[in-house]
Amino acid sequence: MNNNLSHLSKIKKVRSRLMELSTPLGIIGFITVSIIVLMAIFAPWIVPHDPFVIDATKRLTPPAWIDGGSSTYILGTDHVGRDILSRLIYGSRVSLLVGILSVLIAGAIGLFLGLISGYFGGTLVDQAIMRIVDAMLAIPTLLLVLVAIVVFDPGLVTLILVIGLTSWAQYTRLVRGEVLSVKEREFVQSAKTLGASNTHIIRKHIIPNVLSSFIVVATIGIATAIMTESSLSFLGLGVQPPDITWGSMLNDGRNYIATSWWIATFPGLAITITVLAITFLGDWLRDILDPKLKKGGDEDDS
Amino acid sequence: MTFQFILNIVGLLVFVNFVKLYFLKQINLINSATYFLVNWGDFLGYLKRSMLQIIPSLLILTLIIFALVYVAGDPVSQMLPENATAEDRAILSESLGLDQPFHIQYFQYVGDLIRGDFGMSYQYQEPALELVTERLTATIALSLMAMLVAIFISIPLGILAAIKRNTIIDFLVSGVSVVGKAMPNFWIGIMLILFFAVTLPIFPVSGADTPLHFILPSITLGVALAAEMTRLVRASVLEVIEQEYVQTARSKGQKESIVIGKHVFLNSLIPIVTIIGLQFPQLIGGAIVVETVFAWPGIGRLLLTAIETSDMAVVQAIVFVIAIITILANMLTDIIYRVLDPKIKYN
Repeated sequence: MNNNLSHLSKIKKVRSRLMELSTPLGIIGFITVSIIVLMAIFAPWIVPHDPFVIDATKRLTPPAWIDGGSSTYILGTDHVGRDILSRLIYGSRVSLLVGILSVLIAGAIGLFLGLISGYFGGTLVDQAIMRIVDAMLAIPTLLLVLVAIVVFDPGLVTLILVIGLTSWAQYTRLVRGEVLSVKEREFVQSAKTLGASNTHIIRKHIIPNVLSSFIVVATIGIATAIMTESSLSFLGLGVQPPDITWGSMLNDGRNYIATSWWIATFPGLAITITVLAITFLGDWLRDILDPKLKKGGDEDDS
Repeated sequence: MTFQFILNIVGLLVFVNFVKLYFLKQINLINSATYFLVNWGDFLGYLKRSMLQIIPSLLILTLIIFALVYVAGDPVSQMLPENATAEDRAILSESLGLDQPFHIQYFQYVGDLIRGDFGMSYQYQEPALELVTERLTATIALSLMAMLVAIFISIPLGILAAIKRNTIIDFLVSGVSVVGKAMPNFWIGIMLILFFAVTLPIFPVSGADTPLHFILPSITLGVALAAEMTRLVRASVLEVIEQEYVQTARSKGQKESIVIGKHVFLNSLIPIVTIIGLQFPQLIGGAIVVETVFAWPGIGRLLLTAIETSDMAVVQAIVFVIAIITILANMLTDIIYRVLDPKIKYN
């Protein structure tokens, strides 16, 4: 009965914790990200117009609420008459694809090297990995990506690979730090004394304890990758036409800024909203997964 | 020319740190300096260690870049006219040492770099490093201005948010800084052009001829840093406000403005100095994009043209220059930090 009671109180505790954790910003972030993901998945079925169709007669139509605007093109059209709203919806596909896949690549490399480096902390392997990390962190990621773009032809696949392969260093550093501290905890030490193999300890004890902060940082990493992607596409070195990205839409709009402000304004808003929503989601995940890091948190991580 | 380049960088770093020192000189600088001198031996040891750590990092960087160039394939076809014969190609490859195995080419490459030889630009027929140093000043000037913008925005806002903690003002400031970080800098640039160069023609759209040309680009580049720093200033001030000596000053009946200005602000500067130093390279990275928006004549535009024309020598020179600036900036920040805060030990 005692057992039952403690079980009940545990459920109560979890529920009250969930209530407490549902911050308004977290919920806004979660809902916005969900909408963007759904938009990306169902793009072909929800766009009001074909985003690729060029119609010179409709070019530079302003948004619906402005004189000369038409209600069929709610956010107006671009310099060759394509519907901006439809292109924005399609653009979310590239952003999310690049963001998620490149973080998967960078995260996998970072997790792997960070585990090795931390678990064998202080050895030559650790030293070597950390020197590579230092070298990678010594130059801005954008610059590394730009160099890699010279070598490989720009395009969606290149972009994902290049962003993934150049941004793993921060994950390595994070994971290594976490591993170094987890490694010293009692349960790992006792597993070691009991003769557990290295791979067993890493898989069963270290990874689960490292994962929560890793997930938080990786989520925010998606936002950073989306920023990098749009910067590159803006510079004309990212995803190439006819693929649609917010960055290249902005670049198109730049030349028409004096006459048709909407072409450049809306893609920028889309990037900002997406990055904001992912940041909110990341902060929320931090509150849920990593109570240690919670501001003024008094939760005991057990 | 290498000399000129080193002078540029050293001058810049001295300037940045001089500004920091100026702000910080009122915090027990004499005490700290004495401590620093007493521990000179420790400091030299520390310096030696960090120098030794830099060398492998730089070597790895050369390896990464060289590997990329190696993979990129041979520059011979770019250098010769379309109708060159196979024999011509072989002769040119041999003269460039491209027929050698990977490791021999790599050692040769590192040797060239040490001598300050980054190769010739195909595009300009000039030494690559020279091209870069010529344009470095414009980029660094822009980055420094952006840093000033960030300082002028973030310090007052951060202090305000900390003093008015958990009020609407605090939430507004935090909100603005979160949004500021989420906006892509090229978009900020275009929006600023739209509002302050097109709609209200106050500032020029592009170029770098007059001081007026600095304003929009440096705001554009500074916004993200300002957002980051505002949060830091707020946190840092909050931490100091809790300290005993601040409470003491208050209980002695000192005016609130003096308490904040003298005790809180000056003491919360140390972590801020660090973030300024560490963010400088990121600023230069951001400058590459912002320069494109405003047609700023710095290394950003040089880099983009070099990428478009596959001018590898120039690309490499730029990457190395930025890497070296980063490493030096980190080291100097570390040193200044140690001078200011004697609690940190050299190990």
